[in-house]
Amino acid sequence: MPDDDAILARTAEIVLAHQGLEGAMLPMLHAVQAEFGHVPQAAMPALAEGAGVTRAELHGVVSFYHDFREAPAGATVVRLCRAEACQAMGADRLAVEVQARLGLGWHETSADGAVTLEPVFCLGLCACAPAAQVKGGLIGRADAARILAAAGRGQA
Amino acid sequence: MLKDKDRIFTNLYGMHDRSLAGAKARGHWDGTAEIIARGRDKIIEQMKASGLRGRGGAGFPTGLKWSFMPKQSDGRPAYLVINADESEPGTCKDREIMRHDPHTLIEGALIASFAMNANACYIYIRGEYIREKEALQAAIDECYDAGMLGRNAAKSGWDFDLYLHHGAGAYICGEETALLESLEGKKGMPRMKPPFPAGAGLYGCPTTVNNVESIAVVPTILRRGPEWFAGFGRPNNAGTKLFGISGHVNAPCVVEEAMSIPLKELLERHCGGVRGGWKNLKAVIPGGSSVPLLTAAQCDDAIMDFDWLREQRSGLGTAAVIVMDQSTDVIKAIWRLSKFYKHESCGQCTPCREGTGWMMRVMDRLVRGEAEVEEIDMLISVTKQVEGHTICALGDAAAWPIQGLVRAFRDEIEDRIKAKKTGRISAVAAE
Repeated sequence: MPDDDAILARTAEIVLAHQGLEGAMLPMLHAVQAEFGHVPQAAMPALAEGAGVTRAELHGVVSFYHDFREAPAGATVVRLCRAEACQAMGADRLAVEVQARLGLGWHETSADGAVTLEPVFCLGLCACAPAAQVKGGLIGRADAARILAAAGRGQA
Repeated sequence: MLKDKDRIFTNLYGMHDRSLAGAKARGHWDGTAEIIARGRDKIIEQMKASGLRGRGGAGFPTGLKWSFMPKQSDGRPAYLVINADESEPGTCKDREIMRHDPHTLIEGALIASFAMNANACYIYIRGEYIREKEALQAAIDECYDAGMLGRNAAKSGWDFDLYLHHGAGAYICGEETALLESLEGKKGMPRMKPPFPAGAGLYGCPTTVNNVESIAVVPTILRRGPEWFAGFGRPNNAGTKLFGISGHVNAPCVVEEAMSIPLKELLERHCGGVRGGWKNLKAVIPGGSSVPLLTAAQCDDAIMDFDWLREQRSGLGTAAVIVMDQSTDVIKAIWRLSKFYKHESCGQCTPCREGTGWMMRVMDRLVRGEAEVEEIDMLISVTKQVEGHTICALGDAAAWPIQGLVRAFRDEIEDRIKAKKTGRISAVAAE
């Protein structure tokens, strides 16, 4: 994890790259999250100034959207689809199994900081449900073995 | 049945070439410059004549909506915003367009933007649609490289930029004014109307928000003529439409069909019929999770269009048909929708923020039968206090399914309450 000054400097670069773009707040937040894995407190002043809003308004935006996180996630994020089509194809059972084998509940990160488990609503892969997303990649017709293997926890 | 030659989405299932060359081979991007040369007024006039009604749920005539945009700019730019925040349970039509036939949407965006004097268009896509983002962005990049977008787009003389904007996981951003707020980089909370977006929308500039399907059908309508499009469906319900059928049918699918197709024909011809046969049907939600359900008796002669379903106190919505057979615990199904709306209420208006929670908690007890019969009327009264008392339609969307449930299945709710009271467990509640 870079220190606060480094975060601030990198955030300033991201803000600069989005200058002149209209409605750049969400693209900037997406970029910051892609860079650091979350939206760090240290990045807030630069973001608020860049977007021309107060830090309170910025906090409102970050906390409104499910996709932005203010604390770091694990190195690997596992997202399991919890929407209707996947539930019809056994997503509940899959979730119980993955939770048990990772030893994690929803929104929890393993103690070694390697894996975070999250629910997600509809990845658009209803035709090959149940679906999961691991490290940004999609898995259709997912089962626990494939998800854990993709998450680097195959042996666990 | 709709003939193959009359289909607008010729690559709905992704079986063919999805690239620009493939799209051109199927007749897209053909004569785009000529269509634009017809001029703004002519295009809008033809769109009105085609009878296209918005495909996002409300069914507002698209041509009329476009005509609200200012003819002459007062110095402010105009924008087209395409709503690809398809998040409603059951609705899965736009993603097929974006993933498999993206060029219909991109060409439509160019023509529609020209018709509204907009040099820029934003497509707001929900963050969870990973494959759709990839496919659509790839198609946009390809169009820029080929000169179909950018300066003098498709040699039409119109400068046009198309941006793909990613959402960040909020259902409410599918509401048009919330979507504009989100595009501006704020919390996705709906705005009061008026002012309507055509007067003051994105960044306070004239804006039209259209659904993906509404825009994607535009080029074909203008190529083949408004009369062709108007030739399908009953009067005032023109055109072809994507139906997304899910639930208890043998073969769930997304299919393009003529409007006003009977529900029974739609299910039996394209979906292999209801699981266990037509007699096994219990209820159908005809238009995505926010419209009241139809009973099996209503389904016998149901016609899938805006007006017929409106007369039956339901709605076509997004034409996401959710089929439920006799094995369904319909009370629990509607409870699930209540839970969804409670989760997604943005919290801005009190009736919705508090009411959705209220409704879900009462529904929760109705599912288990742990309620008094009088509470059914109380629940209805709560839905009436939410409906129409909020800034956006999410409150209505939360109230309508419950009203539909009580209208159609009051007996079943009462039976369950009585069974609980007398100590007998009804068959469905025992699960």
